Amino acid sequence: MRSKTLYIMLLAAAWLMAADIAVILLVLPDEAAQGAVYRIIFFHVPAAWTALLACLAAFLASCLYLLKRDFRWDALAVATTEVGLAFGAANLITGMIWARVIWGIWWTWDARLTSMLVCWVLYAGYLMLRRAVEEPAQRARAAAVFNIFAFADVPVVFFSIRWWRTQHPQPVVWGGGFMDAAMWRMLFLNWVPLLLLFVALVALRMRQEQAARRLDGLRRRAHAF
Amino acid sequence: MRFLRQTWLVASKDLRSELRTKEALNAALAFALVMILLLLSFAFDPTAEETRRTSGGLLWLVFAFAGALILNRSFVRELTNDCLDVLVSSPLDGAALFLGKSLAGFFLLMIVELACLPVFGIFYNVAWHRQLGPLLLVLALGAWGLTVIGTMFSALTVNLRLRELMLPALVYPLMIPGLLAAIQLTTALVAGRPLDAELYDWLKLLVSFDIIFTALALGLADAVLLG
Repeated sequence: MRSKTLYIMLLAAAWLMAADIAVILLVLPDEAAQGAVYRIIFFHVPAAWTALLACLAAFLASCLYLLKRDFRWDALAVATTEVGLAFGAANLITGMIWARVIWGIWWTWDARLTSMLVCWVLYAGYLMLRRAVEEPAQRARAAAVFNIFAFADVPVVFFSIRWWRTQHPQPVVWGGGFMDAAMWRMLFLNWVPLLLLFVALVALRMRQEQAARRLDGLRRRAHAF
Repeated sequence: MRFLRQTWLVASKDLRSELRTKEALNAALAFALVMILLLLSFAFDPTAEETRRTSGGLLWLVFAFAGALILNRSFVRELTNDCLDVLVSSPLDGAALFLGKSLAGFFLLMIVELACLPVFGIFYNVAWHRQLGPLLLVLALGAWGLTVIGTMFSALTVNLRLRELMLPALVYPLMIPGLLAAIQLTTALVAGRPLDAELYDWLKLLVSFDIIFTALALGLADAVLLG
């Protein structure tokens, strides 16, 4: 991706997010039961969606790497996993702030919190594995295999941990809870700048990864002489 | 048929060399027994009531740690004299090599599990054998999940300097669903509860977990071993 496109995307993300935040803070009313703190949901939920999307993208990139053995796919896998982990952390942290206000505790071992945490640690292992392998082709291969395992584990983790008792407010989006249409719309509206930010960060990280590999290649050649 | 013969060849080779030296087995057994006899008893008050409520968690904690010790050796054993290169360049099927290694690890882990159960029962005063059949099934299924994932990552991390540290950090988070099901089932079965509808659901989860990761591991075995 060209630098210009990247800057335009980041600018658009900043502008859209500022506009969304103005609406979230000034236009939308406090929620009847929770008061002001509910507004965190406009970041909490889209961050989780983005993180799950990142898992899917990393999985596809890892499969493609194993099939094509093209390092661009490896760069995409590591970029999406890393940025996805950042969004996952944003999801966990905003959730904890919300829980401190509403439930009175920072953390509880409820189904969704636990699942998200387990998945986060799982993907953190991916970065750890990458750091431990030095040879590029071996690193890409090991990382891709691990990523495929991790992705297969995500639904099983969510499913198994759900069988524990749950304290989380019922999912708003797929049935159960009720939310006003304006708030509903905002949830998706605010996802747009987060997605733009996600794509821009992934593009940036990919570029970095490819530059690092070129540098590494040059260094190897220099040593060969 | 050829595939099964190759699998058995690798498994029997691994088991024979392990049972002759007992390197990994002794380490895992010693570790498991020290943990059961000493560490766990001081970590909480080992009265019978308390133990019944946490037996599954305690046992699987021990098995998971002992399993990591055994599985770490699975591919490291082949590093001396470049045995791994020979295995990879032999006409063995990649999946057969992987499956054979898993089977050997599985047998060793089962030995540790079966040695730990009576010791646990005696020292914590738990009558664990009331649901013997289902309990053995759960132990085997849990051990299989652990060995499949552990062997896979043993192969992936075999060339790393920090492999002893990497293996548990990669395997345990992946194992969570399988471990969770095994813990729930073991706790209930050790307490003498028969396999009712709820336990049956956990059993199905454990079986599906094993099937998913066995299939995935066999499918990716060539990519991991041959590069």
